[in-house]
Amino acid sequence: MQRRIIKDKLFEIIIIIFALVSTFPLILILFQIVKKGIASINWSFFVNLPQPPGESGGGVSNAILGTFILIVIAGGFSILLGVLGGTFISEYKDKKISELIRLCVNIFQGIPSIVIGIIVYIWIVMPLHRFSALSGGIALGIMMLPLIVKSTEETLRLIPSSLKEASLALGASYTTTMLRVILPAGINGILSGILISVSRVAGETAPLLFTAFGNPFMNFNIFKPVDSLPLLIFNYSMSPYPEWHSIAWGASFVLISFIIILNILTKMVSRKWKTVF
Amino acid sequence: MKMDRYFKSILFGAAILLLLLLTGIFFTLLIGSIPAIKASGIKFLSGTSWNPVTGVYGAVPFVIGTLLTSFLALFISLPFSFSISLFLGEYFKKGALAEFLNYATDILASIPSVIYGFWGLLFLVPIVRKFELSFHILPYGVGIFTASLILAIMIIPYTSYLAKEVILLVPQDIKEAAYSLGATRSEVIRKIIVPYSRSGIFAGILLSLGRALGETMAVTMVIGNSNLIPGNIFSPANTMASVIANEFTEATNDVHLSALIELGLLLFIITGIINFIGNEIIKKLSIKG
Amino acid sequence: MENGILKILNFYAGYNVKTILTNINLSIPSNKVISIMGPSGCGKTTLIRCINRMHELQPDANFKGQILLNEKNIFATSPILVRRKIGMVFQKPNPFPTMSIYDNVVSGYILNGIKIPRSEKDRIVEETLRKVYLWDEVMDSLHRKGTFLSGGQQQRLCIARAMAMNPEIILLDEPTSALDPKATAKIEELITKIKKSVTVILVTHNTAQAARVSDFTAFLYLGELVEFGFTEKLFTTPKDKKTEEYLTGKFG
Ligand SMILES: Nc1ncnc2c1ncn2[C@@H]1O[C@H](COP(=O)(O)OP(=O)(O)OP(=O)(O)O)[C@@H](O)[C@H]1O
Ligand SMILES: [Mg+2]
Repeated sequence: MQRRIIKDKLFEIIIIIFALVSTFPLILILFQIVKKGIASINWSFFVNLPQPPGESGGGVSNAILGTFILIVIAGGFSILLGVLGGTFISEYKDKKISELIRLCVNIFQGIPSIVIGIIVYIWIVMPLHRFSALSGGIALGIMMLPLIVKSTEETLRLIPSSLKEASLALGASYTTTMLRVILPAGINGILSGILISVSRVAGETAPLLFTAFGNPFMNFNIFKPVDSLPLLIFNYSMSPYPEWHSIAWGASFVLISFIIILNILTKMVSRKWKTVF
Repeated sequence: MKMDRYFKSILFGAAILLLLLLTGIFFTLLIGSIPAIKASGIKFLSGTSWNPVTGVYGAVPFVIGTLLTSFLALFISLPFSFSISLFLGEYFKKGALAEFLNYATDILASIPSVIYGFWGLLFLVPIVRKFELSFHILPYGVGIFTASLILAIMIIPYTSYLAKEVILLVPQDIKEAAYSLGATRSEVIRKIIVPYSRSGIFAGILLSLGRALGETMAVTMVIGNSNLIPGNIFSPANTMASVIANEFTEATNDVHLSALIELGLLLFIITGIINFIGNEIIKKLSIKG
Repeated sequence: MENGILKILNFYAGYNVKTILTNINLSIPSNKVISIMGPSGCGKTTLIRCINRMHELQPDANFKGQILLNEKNIFATSPILVRRKIGMVFQKPNPFPTMSIYDNVVSGYILNGIKIPRSEKDRIVEETLRKVYLWDEVMDSLHRKGTFLSGGQQQRLCIARAMAMNPEIILLDEPTSALDPKATAKIEELITKIKKSVTVILVTHNTAQAARVSDFTAFLYLGELVEFGFTEKLFTTPKDKKTEEYLTGKFG
């Protein structure tokens, strides 16, 4: 009797301890990134290019620009396709092809990102005979697709069919109904799906290793290699130079801040623009 | 309504394109693997040595490396993810502590893999090295054990999130029935809640395993990159994903490249099957994955 | 009724700042069926959930006063002991979906980690299932899941589950409200039978049911105990006007 009560308390205490201990790594990681990251961040960090080891004042402007370019290309590749595709499978729920797409999307969500790198290497890098921002962006775009398709479908599914019928009953065409009534009604869900997918790929490195490749110089040409923050963190952290390590800490800080801001933005969007039915 | 016809065909076109793209990935991997399949055949799956210089491609060391790191990571992470899911799904559904734990796991899930790798390299590797020294193991610091530690931290948010969702699905009335029979909370958890959410927890574990199997950057950075079959859990090794990351841009010839693509195909098939099963279970339980 | 098995003394209960039960005083005799009636929301469920200390499982619950089981304050011991002596059956049948019919009956032992030999278990299962008139219907499917049974059978299984622990009191919270008349009749029949071995406290909305099965009736109104006495007396000559109004269907 007494033993059972003690056992029960013990169980609870163990659960609490294990649960709280699992936050230690996070606290450690964040603490080090903030401490070492902020120490290495200054104005030149954002505007300068990387410097050879041993020289101070190196920056990551090329990687910040590269990350930006890659995300723009990824978005351009995936947003329209993903939203339209998601709209299709929500409009034609029971068609074979919709089922098939749903199945593929679910499976592809868990495909290792390095595999996407291989694919884009074969599809784009090999034919063009060069690493490029374009290929890196498309690799990230492919990774964004499943999330955008899924969130679009889930959002549209929650919109009551009476809304569509009301619009059609007013004499609006199907196209007008979809573009002016249905999609705007789901804008918060669709937009937050897009934002969350950007935040997921912003830190991706593996699919860029043999697509965007990395580039220590400023580059605006999408047919040439570009650097990105995760690629730069990878290359610098594998180097033996402490100066480069501190740049990698700074880059980690910038990258994590960007991702956390995106996550907060996503939450705000899905709350603020929520259409109440 | 010409407009409507156009719009509908655009939607259909997008769907077709999506399908082509997704299935195209599989076929591209398959076609890309043909040279390696021709060169190595079944030896690819049974060969224990991988040597691009002599043109020998046996994937066994990497399969072992992948399975060892992933299962070890799962093993390390389970007590933690299980505790988090009970903490959030049963003991403290609301309140400041729950909020904190929710945020913490959210952020843990969104930290990029490369940052985990970087942190592991500078923080965990020296610790593991000290540990190995004190136990008279070759002090590499890097190796399967270090990679598993990092992986464990990385998959905790996924397992615990899914397990929490299924634990929240356990109906209140059967919990109350158990309490009314005189059970303590831990007895209700062990004998009612866990059996009830077994399949969902299993799906969560499966999906996390899928993630661990394919995780690339963090593992590549701390596993030591050795193409030999690991002797023990402290040995340097390579996983399928990490060897692709290491050798792909430096592939010496077409067969080497193709062998790496075949590794990708293997990874794709394994994670594909795991995700398929995990998703089917979750669909049956109707929770948001 | 001085020597009641259960005595409720100056008892108050509620949620947060809201008081639901005010100053309940009740002495319940043993081996009888006691029904608790009252309009919806008057606190019937709250009251019986206090009796086996389930009330305090809600995070915002509060209570004041004493409940004595065999002259011992139930709040002075562990709730898990109290609950083993006071069984409970819920409004909606809720057999454990992960357990077989057999395991459901002995689930009290399983949950409490009480090890008993197989033969003893077999005996308890058969005896209890016979008590609730379920044995003949399920004897061939003891090892199937209890969730395949009909609603009435499930509810009888739940009563068996509570009875298998040999409780001194069993609390039934509108046990037939989710069942059809035939299943209801079966449960009423078994209630009048099991009082030989256990004191039954039955919450019901249905005045006819209270009249049919109970020896004593308590009438609860807005959280107060309005009247308590022999069922026959309370139904034929209610002392309070509110009781009379309730029985004649003026509200409720
Ligand atoms: N968890 C809770 N928090 C706050 N108030 C509650 C809670 N549970 C019940 N109440 C309130 O307590 C009052 C009494 O509820 P109780 O369930 O005891 O009534 P009842 O007599 O059993 O009603 P019914 O016949 O409908 O089952 C009701 O007004 C109800 O709204
Ligand atoms: Mg009630």
